Amino acid sequence: MATIELQGLVKAYNKTTAVHGIDLTINDGEFVVFVGPSGCGKSTTLRMIAGLEDITAGTLSIAGAVVNDMAPKQRNIAMVFQNYAIYPHMSVGKNIGFGLYTSKLSATEKGQRILETAKILGLEDLLDRRPSELSGGQRQRVAIGRAMVRDPVAFLFDEPLSNLDAQLRAQMRIEIKRLHQRLGTTIVYVTHDQIEAMTMADKIVVMRDGRILQVGTPTDLYENPVDVFTARFIGSPSMNLLTGEIAGGKLSVNQTVAAGLDATAFAEGPISVGVRPHDLLVGAPTHAGFEIAGTVTAVEPLGSETLVHLDIAGAEAIATAPGKLLPRVGSTVSATAQPGALYLFDAQTEQALGRL
Amino acid sequence: MAEMTANGYELAANRKPIRPGLILTWTVLLVGGLLMITPLLYMFSTSLKSAGQVYDLRLIPLAPSFDNYVKVLSDGRFMRWFLNSALVATTVTLSNVFFDSLVGYTLAKFEFRGRYFIFLAILSTLMIPTEMLVIPWYLMSSQLGWLDSYWGIMFPGMMTAFGTFLMKQFFETVPDDFLEAARIDGLNEFEIWWKVAMPLVMPAISALAIFTFLGNWTAFFWPLIVTTSKELYTLPVGLSSFAVEQSIQWELIMTGAALATIPTLLVFLVLQRFIVRGVMLAGLKG
Repeated sequence: MATIELQGLVKAYNKTTAVHGIDLTINDGEFVVFVGPSGCGKSTTLRMIAGLEDITAGTLSIAGAVVNDMAPKQRNIAMVFQNYAIYPHMSVGKNIGFGLYTSKLSATEKGQRILETAKILGLEDLLDRRPSELSGGQRQRVAIGRAMVRDPVAFLFDEPLSNLDAQLRAQMRIEIKRLHQRLGTTIVYVTHDQIEAMTMADKIVVMRDGRILQVGTPTDLYENPVDVFTARFIGSPSMNLLTGEIAGGKLSVNQTVAAGLDATAFAEGPISVGVRPHDLLVGAPTHAGFEIAGTVTAVEPLGSETLVHLDIAGAEAIATAPGKLLPRVGSTVSATAQPGALYLFDAQTEQALGRL
Repeated sequence: MAEMTANGYELAANRKPIRPGLILTWTVLLVGGLLMITPLLYMFSTSLKSAGQVYDLRLIPLAPSFDNYVKVLSDGRFMRWFLNSALVATTVTLSNVFFDSLVGYTLAKFEFRGRYFIFLAILSTLMIPTEMLVIPWYLMSSQLGWLDSYWGIMFPGMMTAFGTFLMKQFFETVPDDFLEAARIDGLNEFEIWWKVAMPLVMPAISALAIFTFLGNWTAFFWPLIVTTSKELYTLPVGLSSFAVEQSIQWELIMTGAALATIPTLLVFLVLQRFIVRGVMLAGLKG
């Protein structure tokens, strides 16, 4: 168990800089998820923590000791790879036991540890099988087992679920989360899937272009995104973004003035208005919040609710309707949002200005 | 009865028409196969004939006997040459598997200055014919005192450009995740190569081992040049001396040749399953 500290961490390849001096503290026992689009530097950061990439500048400490120049094995961390990377020429038991390669335990103790780990992961009946005889989920569990068996100070996961189908991914998400609750070991997890980030993390780190944009709890990030990118990245479906204007202390979007909302706290002029699909409701009773009309372009009934795709003066937006309500495509409907559901962003810098 | 007739019609309808192209393909393959197997059959056939029957070209000998085998196997020289060949072929094969893989792995998996140049330099030696190399090899052996020794027979083949190239290409297909996982598990770079990377390229190792073993088992030119004492002859050189020494004893040469095919068959039978079995991707999700 250990705290991991990143101070001004930089990774450069010749002339390209992949990670631009990031600072972050990962507390002992925390489940931290790095999230961001491809090429944002999240995997590179994880690989620097693992010791698989050299650190160009800055310091990386694990449990108080600077580990910049330490080999991966000296850092006592374990890693689970996207492609599992379990050895096809070894049985499940041997694969799990491989994590104990450098350990000085006796053969009996090693055997016990392997069995314990296999039991936790439900692999005890498969110990003699080869990886080729396992399903995708079982292979992923073997990879986790190999990481778990040696009791590392931290687990690093590099997009471990991206090769699994949707159903298995949901199941493994819960399993990894339970495992974290049971073991209490620090976990650093990289994904491009914001649902994984939201459902598993204690703390989410949003990255873009080699920089950290925001660090916070899932709720923090959902409720108070610092800019348009984070706001749209977190939450599914993505936040709608409309062009608006503040004039005379009132917000107007597409010539519709939100009369009930007081926008005097914001500077006059053009503004970007964000509203989450689940806050923009079709078929809800009107109230003193925000209301706008749009043409229905598509309808996605999900059973419990219906996603209504709208065209609001050329801008696309998604609203939510109750499950039984299926607006006709081509019809004009009115969508409303409660006070406080609108996120305002600077039209130029895209930085968050506050909620309305 | 009616049912049978119906079935008969069904079968006839399902039978694919024989295309002329297919007939041609099979004919070419059949002729090729016969051309390949005939010398082998005659080799075995002659080995079962007596000296007087050698020029009687019937395939099945009139009075087949294993006398030639007894004669060849009880001749101390044959066994000596056989063991020499086995020693040379095995040593060179092991050496190739070890060094070609090591160099191939390094060139495939490590970034370092001059890597591409080294690879090209190794590859360019493939363009030099053996006949051109024999003189420098001979001079080198002569100056280093390796003439007429096992080491002299073996040293030119201990590592080959072809083997290095083959192994490099195969190691490039091994995903880095395997090696990185092993690095995190605490293996040193040599252990990663030996315990993780090597088992993953078993098909390539088997192919390299078969090629190298066959090449060295049948090698004639260089062993003939470098050896002078009969005790150091390899089997092909020794068998050829049967033809020179006395009048050509075809039945004994053919018996020796038949015996000489056994190890190559064994090597192929043992290693071919590794070539066929593709183990590589089982541990990775594609």
